[in-house]
Amino acid sequence: MMTLSDALEIAKATHTGMVRSHNEDSIVTDVEIGLAVLADGMGGYNAGEVASGIATALISNETREALVKLEPHVVDQRNGTLVASSLLREVIARANASIYHSANTQPQYAGMGTTLVAAFFCDNKLTVAHIGDSRCYRFRDGKLEQITRDHSLLQEQIDSGVITREAAKRSQNKNLVTRAVGIEPEVEAEVHTHEVREGDIYLLCSDGLNDMVEDEDIELTLETMGANLPLAAEQLVEMANDAGGRDNVSVVLIKVRKGFPANGGWLAKFLSWLK
Amino acid sequence: MAKFIVSLDGQLVKEYEINKERLTIGRKPHNDIQIDNLAVSGEHAMIMTILNDSFLEDLGSTNGTLVNGQPVKKHFLQNNDVIEIGKYKLKYVNEQPSKMNQQEFEKTMVLRTPPADAQKQKSPSDTQSTPHFVDTNVEPAGRAATAPAVAAAVAQAPQAAPAATAQPAGQPAQPAAVGTIQILSGPNAGKELPLAKPLTTVGKPGVQVAVIAKRPQGYFITHVEGASFPTVNGKPLDAQARQLQDHDIIELAGVKMEFFVKS
Repeated sequence: MMTLSDALEIAKATHTGMVRSHNEDSIVTDVEIGLAVLADGMGGYNAGEVASGIATALISNETREALVKLEPHVVDQRNGTLVASSLLREVIARANASIYHSANTQPQYAGMGTTLVAAFFCDNKLTVAHIGDSRCYRFRDGKLEQITRDHSLLQEQIDSGVITREAAKRSQNKNLVTRAVGIEPEVEAEVHTHEVREGDIYLLCSDGLNDMVEDEDIELTLETMGANLPLAAEQLVEMANDAGGRDNVSVVLIKVRKGFPANGGWLAKFLSWLK
Repeated sequence: MAKFIVSLDGQLVKEYEINKERLTIGRKPHNDIQIDNLAVSGEHAMIMTILNDSFLEDLGSTNGTLVNGQPVKKHFLQNNDVIEIGKYKLKYVNEQPSKMNQQEFEKTMVLRTPPADAQKQKSPSDTQSTPHFVDTNVEPAGRAATAPAVAAAVAQAPQAAPAATAQPAGQPAQPAAVGTIQILSGPNAGKELPLAKPLTTVGKPGVQVAVIAKRPQGYFITHVEGASFPTVNGKPLDAQARQLQDHDIIELAGVKMEFFVKS
């Protein structure tokens, strides 16, 4: 298994915010295998943290274990997508089952759940899986672009033309997600694979960031502070808190320092030529 | 619960709670809000409500509909908007939940739509045909109660809802005092750089770069990149951000500059 420690730089920051009593967000990153997972939990007392904690820990552990015997960059013959996509779907399904089971067997966890975004880098590609309103953005050539589409009532309304993107900022229906991990016996993650370029910066965030900070200010931050990734992560959290910090805020920044082809070596090329 | 307060010449006529997804306003008796006045069309306007958001649409009325004095066709209603139909005024009141409830209210909730094909397998309590909320808090969040019927309607007939007209969100007033950097040395000496954006970069990329952040409590300088750190009044910065005071002297990448506040 190749390591991506040289190809990727990862920085993260999380904060309770200025209003909430505790932080229900969880982040796990594993630069060696090129994985970052961010979850925004919900549920009474500390159940939100439990749900997001189960999701991030289980997804990162199981992905790492599975990669020992999987080649994530090849096409999965069962469904025609990359093995990486199938892998993310499977580990997320397991996280869903685990949270759902805990929520339905332990009264103190009843009703807990979490939104989720997971980014997995391999073979010059990024596979993003998400459920709910945790987001992934790409910063490339000075432009910020959201590459996930929220599973939320508001996004559905925007898509069907009920409300404009601009008006949606003033909506009072911001807090309603249409999909979450751990709420139903089964959940489908939305998974897409994107080509990655050197110099790209990817941002994973909980809604505590994008509800408080305009996209153009996120863009400005990555533009001015992209050279210092930990500082940029802290700056984003600070901006959310300066704007009121009404929710927990978490960010993961992943910068692509150089390409990471799966079959870079002459041996691999030779072997593939033999096939 | 949002409501309309109907008045005529400053006199209260009646209050209407918004308790359904589609409320009609007009002269004819079948309207939910009937206004018996010849300046009002038979079917004058319609209010579409989706959970906590309401949209006004003029239904091609003869004399039109005003919101806050402006004629509108479609409008995303905001708290305290005043709709004018003929001589009647309808004030839209959609107060934010009280401070105590606000936090509960804002917590993320899951809006579930049981898939049609999955309903057979579910327990009887789960087989309702409308989506329902899973309030993940122990306390029910106050205003979610009216949601199911409305949300179902959205899912079935999104095309029936009016498109909202875009309006710029109200920008909070900026503080009057604007921080500015004046270059004191080098080829650009004398030039001024207003710190209008939330973040302003100073220095030379690849050599030494600092960022000045505009925050509610003032301006803060932070080192971003470069082997050596900028100095403020002769003292080097550390990894922490440092708040700038009026007339602080910053030196970085061999250039001196002064921070000052223009009021």
